[in-house]
Amino acid sequence: MEIPYTIDRRTDTGLYNAQLGMWLFIASEVMLFGALFSGYALLRTGADAWPVGSRHLSVVLGSINTFVLIASSIVIGLAVRSLRRGQWRRGRRELAITCVLGLVFLAIKAYEYREHMLARELPSTDNFFAVYYTLTGLHALHVIGGLIVLAYLVGPGASMWRRQPVRFVHRAAGVSIYWQFVDLVWILVFVTVYLL
Amino acid sequence: MTSAIDQPLGFWRSYVFSQDHKVVGIQYALTALVFLLIGFTLVMIMRWQLAHPGLPVPVVGAWLGARAPQGIILPEFYNALTAMHGTIMVFLGIVPLAVGGFGNYLVPLQIGAPDMAFPKLNLASYWWYLAGGVLMIASFFLPGGAPQSGWTSYPPLAIINQGGQTWWLAGMLCLVTSSLLGSVNFITTIVQLRTAGLTFSRLPFFVWSQLVTSFLLLLAFPPLEGAAIFQLMDRLAGTSFFLPSGLVVSGRVLHNAGGGNPLLWQHLFWFLAHPEVYVLILPAMGIVAEIIAANTRKPLFGYRALVHSSLAIGFMSLIVWAHHMFITGMGTTMSSFFQTTTILISIPSVVILTCLFLSLWGASIRFTTPMLFALAFLPMFGIGGLTGLPLGLAPTGLHLHDTYYVVAHFHYIVAPGTIFALFAGLYHWFPKVTGRRMNDALGWLHFWGTFVCMNLIFMPMFFQGLAGMNRRLYDGGLQYALDKNVVGLHLLISRAAWVMGIFQLLFVVNFFWSAWRGRRAEENPWEATTLEWASASPPTRGNFASPPIAYRGPYEYSVPGAQLDFTPQFAQDEM
Repeated sequence: MEIPYTIDRRTDTGLYNAQLGMWLFIASEVMLFGALFSGYALLRTGADAWPVGSRHLSVVLGSINTFVLIASSIVIGLAVRSLRRGQWRRGRRELAITCVLGLVFLAIKAYEYREHMLARELPSTDNFFAVYYTLTGLHALHVIGGLIVLAYLVGPGASMWRRQPVRFVHRAAGVSIYWQFVDLVWILVFVTVYLL
Repeated sequence: MTSAIDQPLGFWRSYVFSQDHKVVGIQYALTALVFLLIGFTLVMIMRWQLAHPGLPVPVVGAWLGARAPQGIILPEFYNALTAMHGTIMVFLGIVPLAVGGFGNYLVPLQIGAPDMAFPKLNLASYWWYLAGGVLMIASFFLPGGAPQSGWTSYPPLAIINQGGQTWWLAGMLCLVTSSLLGSVNFITTIVQLRTAGLTFSRLPFFVWSQLVTSFLLLLAFPPLEGAAIFQLMDRLAGTSFFLPSGLVVSGRVLHNAGGGNPLLWQHLFWFLAHPEVYVLILPAMGIVAEIIAANTRKPLFGYRALVHSSLAIGFMSLIVWAHHMFITGMGTTMSSFFQTTTILISIPSVVILTCLFLSLWGASIRFTTPMLFALAFLPMFGIGGLTGLPLGLAPTGLHLHDTYYVVAHFHYIVAPGTIFALFAGLYHWFPKVTGRRMNDALGWLHFWGTFVCMNLIFMPMFFQGLAGMNRRLYDGGLQYALDKNVVGLHLLISRAAWVMGIFQLLFVVNFFWSAWRGRRAEENPWEATTLEWASASPPTRGNFASPPIAYRGPYEYSVPGAQLDFTPQFAQDEM
């Protein structure tokens, strides 16, 4: 039994299954982060006083992380392009670089968390830090999720390239859409939590 | 999926960790039926306390342990019963049965597909659901007992309560994951895997209802996930998302950062939970539409109106949520907006109900067991819907808020409404799933017993509510003078609930007896027209010997000039 349109596009919709599925998943993620950001906006507008993010968080580290993630977005885009052109070794290398950049992001994030915790700036301190930890923590979980899938594609999942190259490209393209979304969320977090 | 169709799978991969949508659908349905039974049992215990406050519970009282010393229910346990009854019925019973069970089993069959678009996600979806359900049920056995702040889990109460609220939240995160995987799968399947000739305008109404439902689950559940994460942080990490400053608990000021907003939870919760109401009702409408078409032997009245109305309901349901919050003091501007949208959303609901009623006009109705339930659905949902209008208008809503009137209103929608539709669906598709028919005599008894008891349970609650009886009272209102004229109705309601429990045993017996000993059913026992009746009963792996082709619309009954009174979608020529 074969599920139709796993690899080929359906002519009247112009889509293959995973493509539609990934966009639907992103729609759901938009609603999740949308709810969290709305909660943040409501708490902040309702508060008597709200700390300015740039005085409590490290804008330098946040900026570096923003550049790291934007770079990783570009690299994963290049990886998908390479794979579409059939350049396996190059594409795989670019996927691996994306992984490394993701790890760098997490390492910097972990360092930031450590500094705050040593300074006794905890989620329970005030609602500013509650929002900070919740938003960045959930975002970091999304990065970790993306890294697991990327590591799978570079490692054990790579054998699919030989059997079903088109399907492998579909997978890489799907992760790429997700990764761009995670990047976009970070930019919003950076602007609204770190800078404003 | 590249596995060959004839390759036999072992026991585990065939029945436990199966990727076949039919097996997943049956797993969902059976699990959900068990949860429905658990939820109903909880309410039968609860009804004892309301009918005979302070007397020991008979039969099961001895098993309740410390929650009910000498069989007398403690107030905390009563609160846990209400909270878990609501949670189980909505999140673990009805939605998984309507969407996970019926949707999984029928959608691929009705669109002529071999399976769902993502069979592995389907498998995962069921196991996330089961994990969520087990986590929630397990909270009964925790030292603090099950959650005690209602199925709505309003803070600050939900955060300061000691009980199993954390487990409730963890279970909810599992359920959100499950419904996310399911809804992505359903939408992709319906858009991508429709068989040749099956355009959107030829989709059975049931498939449309599942499509709209899936969009609601996809877009409305994540805000509750966000809210659950906030509440988990409040409980575990000591944040104050929902805790205001200076909160006093049992005479002591709570030492938290403060500055949180309890209304934020209510907004996020109802942003899910109002669309959830339509998640409960839309698949029910889809099931009823299919059964009415097959048993009236004529096309559904107003197919296009039905489809457009269900889409309108889908969009509108996302902007009505705060009509649950008129009493919170969010302001008259907000109340006016949400009361307007709430009254507007009743229009497409009425259109759907009217179309289904008009479908009966001039029909030669077959009064089969599923048709009895489907026919009863119409007036029951009508009562539920119309009694909702006074709640949607802020001036009357303020007075009726939190009375038994509300309980009666929404139960008329989900209990004699949705649950009747689900029973109708179980009787209707049972021959397809098992290859055997259910017993009609038992079904007839089950229907009339349930129908009479349902109305004896919920109709008196309207009177109690209009008299002003609050719905959260542990003693059922004995302590209040204003309730003294209606408090006696509790006894009638409770007895009707227990009798209804006995009538459900008929269904259980019928279900299991018929599954093994029932009369054999052929491919198309109801002489229906949609594609699922083209497959064998029960369908084999891959569903169809060869992909069926849809030559016409879904409800070609009694076509003038045709020999038979039905022309299936898959028949090339008129029969």
